[in-house]
Amino acid sequence: MSLSSTSKIADLLEKNETELLRNWLTELEASGLRRDDLMRSTELNQQCHEFLRMFRSAAQHENFSDVQAPEWGSVRQLLTDISRDRAQQGFTSSEVATFIFSFKKPLFDQLKRELAQQNDLLVESIWTVTDVLDQLGLWTTEVFQQAREKVILRQQQELLELSTPVVKLWEGILALPMIGTLDSARTQVVMETLLQQIVETGSQVVIIDITGVPTVDTLVAQYLLKTVEAARLMGTDCIISGIRPQIAQTIVHLGLDLSGVITKATLADAFAIALKKRQLTIVSKASQSV
Amino acid sequence: MPILETITILDSADIVRVRQKVRSQTVALGFGLVDQTKIVTAASEIARNTLDYGGGGSVTLEVLESAHRVGLRLTFTDQGAGIANIELALQNGYTTGSGLGLGLGGAKRLMHEFEITSEVGKGTCVTTVRWRQ
Repeated sequence: MSLSSTSKIADLLEKNETELLRNWLTELEASGLRRDDLMRSTELNQQCHEFLRMFRSAAQHENFSDVQAPEWGSVRQLLTDISRDRAQQGFTSSEVATFIFSFKKPLFDQLKRELAQQNDLLVESIWTVTDVLDQLGLWTTEVFQQAREKVILRQQQELLELSTPVVKLWEGILALPMIGTLDSARTQVVMETLLQQIVETGSQVVIIDITGVPTVDTLVAQYLLKTVEAARLMGTDCIISGIRPQIAQTIVHLGLDLSGVITKATLADAFAIALKKRQLTIVSKASQSV
Repeated sequence: MPILETITILDSADIVRVRQKVRSQTVALGFGLVDQTKIVTAASEIARNTLDYGGGGSVTLEVLESAHRVGLRLTFTDQGAGIANIELALQNGYTTGSGLGLGLGGAKRLMHEFEITSEVGKGTCVTTVRWRQ
């Protein structure tokens, strides 16, 4: 790339800043990217203005075509912030990238007017600008994706914590209502929380309820059996409840041996057993008064 | 026969996806609740084998339709180590890993048709069908 085209671009950016900004905003609006439902238009103006200012100062350097160069640091930072914000505001990644790509048309128009007589220089300038804007557009997509991945990771962690509540049903009786997929990471957390709670509450009976677990395959069964075994080593009896008819049939066909564990169809049945083990009874007031 | 879709199995999240897709297909085909659960469980077992022992692979879902019955066929393929002795692998309690050794044989019992072809060093293909009762 020759110096002349770079300096031309820097020149042009400086001279026509207001017009470029106006055209760019029109362009953004035309492409449906002014999402007033997601962000204020003043915020968009501000971002365009800021980008133009930083883009101009980066264009004054020799490393114009390499957006990874230190001169582009502030532009990259700005785009990183914009991308992150928009990922949170609910924009799609194409919408974020189009923010940059839509700047091409106003800039090309301006170059065309300015360099109408110098065809070679015009083509060269357009190529340089395209190259740079493409790189910047891809940069926003990359940042956008990273921001999304972080959100997903955070949600996974939150789910891990959320989905494993250990509840106390009665003095000495704990219940663990399991919901969803029992993959290895979650089961590990479940097991640890349960064993910890057994120690803290000094419970003698634990009910593991699997009503909310859609599929019980051999891996899930293995996890359950290990948990039961670990609890037993601590002197606590386990009851597994929530075995629905379809789960029972599947367990039989799989050849799983749950004979060493007390199993019940419903949590209520399991609770009755647990009370019995604790030598407690529930008596209705009516029968008491007779 | 119409192929519904092919799902790649590369990590444990894919096994969850296989279960969900298989479940929604069985619901769409009008399988009863017990049948749904059996097919989903079998799919879960074989998909985990594809991942753990086959080093990842894929499953293809197909609808089988004839004059008087409807079925779902699942074809799992991988390019893993293969199974040297299929009869032994199907035996209850036999495993080369850390599981219970019930998955493959269990899956066979949960389905109506079940076929394994495997070549050591080349990979394994499990084709299985359950018909709507």
